[in-house]
Amino acid sequence: MKNRYEIRLSGSGGQGMITAGIILAEAAGVYDGKNVVQSQSYGPEARGGASKAEVIISDKEIFYPKATAIDILLAMTQEAWEKYSSDLNPDAVAIVDSWYVKDLDKPGVISLPLSQKAREEVGLEIIANVIALAAIAQITGVVSREALERSLLSRVPKGTEEKNRQALEIGFRLGKEAKK
Amino acid sequence: MSKDIRLLQGNEACALGAIYAGCDFFGGYPITPSTEVAEEMALMLPKKGGKFIQMEDEIAGIGTILGAAAAGAKAMTATSGPGFSLMMELLGYGCMAEIPCVIVNVQRGGPSTGLPTKGAQADMMQARWGTHGDHPTIALCPSSVEESFKLTVKAFNLAEKFRMPVILLLDEFIGHMREKMQMPAPGELELYTHPQPTVSPAEYTHYGDGSSVGGPYASMGSGYRFNITGLTHDQHGFPTGRSDEIQWKMDRLKDKIEKHRPELLEVDQEFMDDAEIAVFSYGGAARSAQQAIREARARGIKVGLVRPTTIWPFPDQALEEILRKVKTVIVAEISQGQLLGEIQRLNQTHTKVIPVQRYDGEMLTPNEVLNAIVEVTK
Repeated sequence: MKNRYEIRLSGSGGQGMITAGIILAEAAGVYDGKNVVQSQSYGPEARGGASKAEVIISDKEIFYPKATAIDILLAMTQEAWEKYSSDLNPDAVAIVDSWYVKDLDKPGVISLPLSQKAREEVGLEIIANVIALAAIAQITGVVSREALERSLLSRVPKGTEEKNRQALEIGFRLGKEAKK
Repeated sequence: MSKDIRLLQGNEACALGAIYAGCDFFGGYPITPSTEVAEEMALMLPKKGGKFIQMEDEIAGIGTILGAAAAGAKAMTATSGPGFSLMMELLGYGCMAEIPCVIVNVQRGGPSTGLPTKGAQADMMQARWGTHGDHPTIALCPSSVEESFKLTVKAFNLAEKFRMPVILLLDEFIGHMREKMQMPAPGELELYTHPQPTVSPAEYTHYGDGSSVGGPYASMGSGYRFNITGLTHDQHGFPTGRSDEIQWKMDRLKDKIEKHRPELLEVDQEFMDDAEIAVFSYGGAARSAQQAIREARARGIKVGLVRPTTIWPFPDQALEEILRKVKTVIVAEISQGQLLGEIQRLNQTHTKVIPVQRYDGEMLTPNEVLNAIVEVTK
């Protein structure tokens, strides 16, 4: 495992990218004991518009809090892919949502049915961000499954734990299938 | 007991720091990128028996904290540029009436409505001179989530001791960034609360000599009678036109800072022992500088970082000494030169000073600072 990861989670405002960034950072920082910094950028509008959260996970102290060379990219929409995929490391892992990102200009991108499975299996498209986090954990090992689950369940609203656990399992499964 | 380690935003850490410091009143009006401070205070204060009030605008917001503080509360408000502009008149009132309170400004891009969701460090001069007249200013600038907590506590302590509004000058970068921090245990950080008067109400003077820094002062409603006004006043708080009393009052305000600089000033230095180049930076911009100086050191360049966490009063003496010592100073900031101007004012030795600035709502990148450092060595 590398000792420093720069991760960018991107999509449209309202898709839960910033929430996903917080859950990932808390999992790696508080439960896995790494150094983490999480930051975000978004427009003045509450919904829509490209939105991104960045998480840096490192064994060493982190000074500059923004990502400059992406090791792991998640793009949930075509707009996010086009806007945020220009500074990938050569060996970066790029994961996109197969429903919304159709037009890929790079080879080796992992296209997963994140929002489709969220709708079909959980009945909630909004939970695609959790499926994505689990897939990222499974594919890259950047965060432990246990830490991700603890962080997620400490942050989600009461009564939604079961659906969130289900989303995690779907994500782990998609990740395993993608790695084959 | 297990350590309480949390992932927090700078804004959340600020609110938690306020609670730790004993803040029991928050009045304000929400504005991006400071809203999380108000949200956290609204959640926490009622549970502690404190009061949270959302007012109709920022003018009313600062008005409530001045009133609450005059009545003995430890009070805070939080805002950003447009709201900070509206607060200027009453900030001056707080200075003149000598009311302790904490004003948080999470800086965003300006002027005017500017960039609601993007950061800047361009309110440094407004913090110092935004309200009219000669007046004392204390402003603190954190560069991390943990510092956001600790400097909020310090801001309350200084407000109580120096009996004046203290500004916490955050920026969107640190305010919205999340890092993990270990929560200080109760009693771990020193807290200061001003003493109450011990003389009888008949003998009490609200602005008596010895009461300006670290002295006792009474709360409204405590049985001690006094007047509060924005007019220049005598020891009892009543307006005066007498030259000697005006001079006394103005010296009193000035001396708060001038006679206590050492305990107010804090300048963090990294790698400065053998440095030939010094990067001057603070707040969010310092994070880029911290990365850049490490990369430059790895290339064998003798460079260090000078980072004031007290930006007002400006640490003249410490920075003057460094200007005399090094060959080149690089001033890295997210504004068009507000920090630079202060450095130039101090630069009597005509040391080479190079600005590195950005003002497009984004942080300086470490490379922008590194390139300036490398350029110096050519």
